[in-house]
Amino acid sequence: MSLPVRSATLLALLALAAASLFVGVIDMAPSQLLRGSEALKLMAVSRLPRTLAVVLTGATLAVAGVIMQMLARNRFVEPTTAGTGQSAALGILLATLYAPGAPLVVKMGFASLTALLGSGIFLLIVRRLPVTQPLLVPLVGLVYGAIIGAGVTFLAYRTDLLQYVSIWLNGEFSGVIAGRYEFLFVSGIAAVIAYLAADRFSILGLGRDASISLGLNYNQMLLLGLVVVSVITALTVVNIGMIPFVGLVVPNIASRLLGDNLRSSLPFVAASGAGLVLVCDIVGRIVRHPYEIPVGTVFGVVGAVIFLWLLYAKRPSHG
Amino acid sequence: MAERRLIWLALGLIVAVLIFMTWGARGNWGFVLAFRGTKLLALLVVSAAIAVSTVLFQTITANRILTPSIMGFDALFLLFQAGLVFVLGGFGVTQLSSGLRFGMEFALLMGAALHLFGTLIGAARHDIHRLVLTGIIFGVLFRSLTSFIERLIDPNEFAVVQSSSFASFNSFDADLLRYCVPLCVLGIAAAWHYRRELDVIALGRDHAINLGLNHKRIVLIILTIIALLVSVSTALAGPVTFFGLLVASLAHLVMRSHRHALLLPAASLCAGIVLVGGQAITERVLSLSVPLSVAVEFLGGLVFLTLILRGTQR
Repeated sequence: MSLPVRSATLLALLALAAASLFVGVIDMAPSQLLRGSEALKLMAVSRLPRTLAVVLTGATLAVAGVIMQMLARNRFVEPTTAGTGQSAALGILLATLYAPGAPLVVKMGFASLTALLGSGIFLLIVRRLPVTQPLLVPLVGLVYGAIIGAGVTFLAYRTDLLQYVSIWLNGEFSGVIAGRYEFLFVSGIAAVIAYLAADRFSILGLGRDASISLGLNYNQMLLLGLVVVSVITALTVVNIGMIPFVGLVVPNIASRLLGDNLRSSLPFVAASGAGLVLVCDIVGRIVRHPYEIPVGTVFGVVGAVIFLWLLYAKRPSHG
Repeated sequence: MAERRLIWLALGLIVAVLIFMTWGARGNWGFVLAFRGTKLLALLVVSAAIAVSTVLFQTITANRILTPSIMGFDALFLLFQAGLVFVLGGFGVTQLSSGLRFGMEFALLMGAALHLFGTLIGAARHDIHRLVLTGIIFGVLFRSLTSFIERLIDPNEFAVVQSSSFASFNSFDADLLRYCVPLCVLGIAAAWHYRRELDVIALGRDHAINLGLNHKRIVLIILTIIALLVSVSTALAGPVTFFGLLVASLAHLVMRSHRHALLLPAASLCAGIVLVGGQAITERVLSLSVPLSVAVEFLGGLVFLTLILRGTQR
């Protein structure tokens, strides 16, 4: 069952990426690549970077969602429903305000740090919630994120930076050209690290007592997970902007299809995350051609519908 | 005893109104009073509409956490507003009288509210967290759809929509106010008419039916009233997610009663005090540097979080 699913996903992803290369304001057929240097330049400066950025963002956000779900031990958690994205926005806002001259790397580092703090506090809150009420966790997370978001809006309103905030909180790929997305490879590395430690995260998802008795350094793994999630979220917020529900929708579908063994399902999760965001980005480019609809908006619609379906559909039992 | 607290609240509102009308006024009193009077009227209409609709909604869903705006009612209203511009075109919409336009938006919201939330409340009545989560996700869905449609609209036509999609207590459409005041009064009068039935519904569905109430019919009527009041407040002030929750919790805290004859006026008075007093403070003391809507959302969000967390510890 799982092998056809995997190869179908991979094929679909490749087809989508190819399609993404040839959708844009300027009409370009693949044959033109062989003839003009103009077409090659367009490809190298705009189309290829954009497609890579979409793939990286979709894949890493989906992985961040899985890790977050293991850390919080809840299926309905992801960076936007845990205050991580909003905390990252707060960090980059503070960095822009108080150290406007600092290099981008420093600002992103600071954003990762605040994202780490924000999600750490969320995990502390989650621990106090009763295990018998699983839907309480995303509920609290959403409101927690909304409160941090209100703080960010307030601060930005006072300092006339509201426009930046709306860029950080609503993902869009139209600004991606060569030289302005390469930091996303760092979050790609973070996702690979998560994959290397996949088995340990699976154990972490069993809970504190179970993982310690299986010989896992619980706190160390918890911290590693938080760092991975925070770095991915912060880099996405700063470079692209938040895309809601990627980390929630994709892992849940994956877990329905393939079960919960992270080492075998994580590549599938990453590929389908990339594919789903690619679809939304291509739709956003086509619907109002030659204008664009931000991918955050398109995914907000798609993701919310799938989330509602996940909430009400019966979970199939798989052996 | 409880009646006396109501009087105190009324006095508080009068003080807030006096402060709002007179503080820092200079020059021609005729102009100042007319200018601030219109704004005051709008603020009072908005606060009463939000307060009453929230209390009604909490009664028919039998809990203190849900509010119409958390369930995405006002996001839905904005979606219909944008959808109308998209279907008819900006020119077509501006051709409509604002009364007719409001009427169409209200009719759409009422239809959707009865259909969608009527079934939802029935289906998930016993799982309150699922219900709240569904509402929040619906809110995200409606807001995303709205901005999706806004992107499809011509930029010139977009201006027709844009003005209404952010909460604002500073400027109100005087033309719209003419329709909203009587509609708001109508809705509140209807709610008052059903205050005793509401007391019975608050006991729970089974008890209410046992006591001889046509539960389904009354709930449908109440949902209609809620849709009317939400349309009024959203058309006038835009979406405010947590304000209703804030004032309904305040009213419960002050009155410590389940009688709607007390709760409905108390919530309206609390809302009036917060909105009028808050607006006076933001205008005069903070010179509009902190938008009242942001402050209210922040406080209301904290109330929401404490309500949820406290509810689990019992």
